[in-house]
Amino acid sequence: MTAVAEIMDYDDVVARFDPVLGLEVHVELHTNTKMFCSCANVFGGEPNTNVCPTCLGLPGSLPVVNGKAIESAIRIGLALNCEIAEWCRFARKNYFYPDQPKNFQTSQYDEPIAFNGYLDVTLDDGEVVRVEIERAHMEEDTGKSLHVGGATGRIHGAEHSLLDYNRAGVPLIEIVTKTISGTGARAPEVARAYVSTLRELLRALDVSDVRMDQGSLRCDANVSLMPKGASELGTRTETKNVNSLRSVERAVRFEMCRQGAVLVEGGEIVQETRHFEEASGTTRAGRRKETSEDYRYFPEPDLVPVAPSREWVEELRGTLPEPPGERRARIQAEWSLTDAEMRDLVNAGAVGLVAATVDAGATPAEARSWWVSYLTQQANSRGVELAELPIAPAQVARVIVLVNEGALTNKLAREVVNGVLAGEGEPDAVVEARGLKVVSDDSALEAAVDEALAAQPDVAAKIRDGKVAAAGAIVGAVMKATKGQADAKRVRELVISRCS
Amino acid sequence: MPSISRDEVAHLARLARLAVTDDELDLFAGQLDVILQSVATVGDVAAADIPPTSHAVPLTNVFREDVVRPGLGQQQALASAPAAEEGRFRVPRILGEEA
Ligand SMILES: [Zn+2]
Repeated sequence: MTAVAEIMDYDDVVARFDPVLGLEVHVELHTNTKMFCSCANVFGGEPNTNVCPTCLGLPGSLPVVNGKAIESAIRIGLALNCEIAEWCRFARKNYFYPDQPKNFQTSQYDEPIAFNGYLDVTLDDGEVVRVEIERAHMEEDTGKSLHVGGATGRIHGAEHSLLDYNRAGVPLIEIVTKTISGTGARAPEVARAYVSTLRELLRALDVSDVRMDQGSLRCDANVSLMPKGASELGTRTETKNVNSLRSVERAVRFEMCRQGAVLVEGGEIVQETRHFEEASGTTRAGRRKETSEDYRYFPEPDLVPVAPSREWVEELRGTLPEPPGERRARIQAEWSLTDAEMRDLVNAGAVGLVAATVDAGATPAEARSWWVSYLTQQANSRGVELAELPIAPAQVARVIVLVNEGALTNKLAREVVNGVLAGEGEPDAVVEARGLKVVSDDSALEAAVDEALAAQPDVAAKIRDGKVAAAGAIVGAVMKATKGQADAKRVRELVISRCS
Repeated sequence: MPSISRDEVAHLARLARLAVTDDELDLFAGQLDVILQSVATVGDVAAADIPPTSHAVPLTNVFREDVVRPGLGQQQALASAPAAEEGRFRVPRILGEEA
């Protein structure tokens, strides 16, 4: 059906062209309620259960702005070093997709709440790139469509669509960069590092769940190529459906190679929306881009302007977390990490996760060990970022506490973590459901020790002769008999005391 | 020179998903031109120091507390839907919007 796109070798692309990027990130705020109504803002749930006349666009309903969402928008703007508008309005963006029952999306047009900022992004080798922010504006999320009858779940070929409006009206902040140029071969890495740094910042601000896998952080990547030495920007495409940090990097790289192949053949790039295909790492053409005039934006008559006082803005500035760079420096000093250890932590995307785990009651060493070894392995085998693993820092901290209390061995702790990752609930629930309690009842252990000693009389004799090292064989047998649920240290004590 | 062309009216009609016949296009283009020219008179009166007004009432910052209030249940939400399936609104497929 779709012709396989010609691909140019990456090295050739960057030898002949300068890539120019523009990144649009949508962040769902984790407020209690939606942007313009008091419906609960929760992920998942039975379809159309968090809806009301306002978010269903029923006649006679009127929107009222969520003050907390404005506060979060201003804090995000300030954290991105933006100016905050003294006065701005919402606008209607008119279109006819059924993902908004109102036939328009309430957004902001030429008066964003925040504008003209920047975010400093550190690449893997320590190089810092300043990404300039054009604007951050407020809008509402759309509902979710399920296309029935088409082979691929896409609109094309679908016979009808089924709509769930639980997500319609969820507060959304769209953060748009200015064009990012001059990054050459590092463009894909810069794109990834920008989204990664932004995610870290948003997590520290505690304004969003920032889960790319659940869509609470979404990135659209605008990519164009400019022949070396040219001064005019090339035609850009906008790639959507980029659902992980790795995909951000792959999507930019693929678009560069695809566009390069078109341009060297004397072809023209079509200004269009493209969809990233996770499995193949390619993009496919979507709809032609509508011009913004076609959306017929006009000021939202049902919402009064937002005019944050300078006092309020300064008060909110006082609530900002440390900038990511300073925070890293402080953490490195506090946890006494070498530069290499710190870089590993940063590259694993684990700084914020480890810090949150420490805040939840673990020591830095234990928290770091879990995130950079076992959990990083799990993330790699699933092909996701560490932060995208379905386990929260508080849950990791709970497992660590259980180990320290002697309720879990390290082996059992991994099983508990596996259970949490498999969606079996909180650590304590997994322990309960999987029966993973350490056997700490001495009488049960003594029976198992006696049985093992009886089964290996020669080993027992050695231990009685004072060859304590031989106890290992008995401890192993007991651990096996108790399916690893015994505390090996306690078993060893019991073996020695029974043989003396 | 009319302030709105027949082509612009056709384009707007398409954006608004209105099926407009050729005769109607001629009619509406003329009528809209009269309306736009009448409104333009207001523009002539307004001096440069008068900002465009979108809201008649001088209010700003009307915010709501971030507190959940029960909405409609699924059944009630879907009660007036022309078609529903699996707890969702069922709508015809979208033609020609995305290929
Ligand atoms: Zn609602």
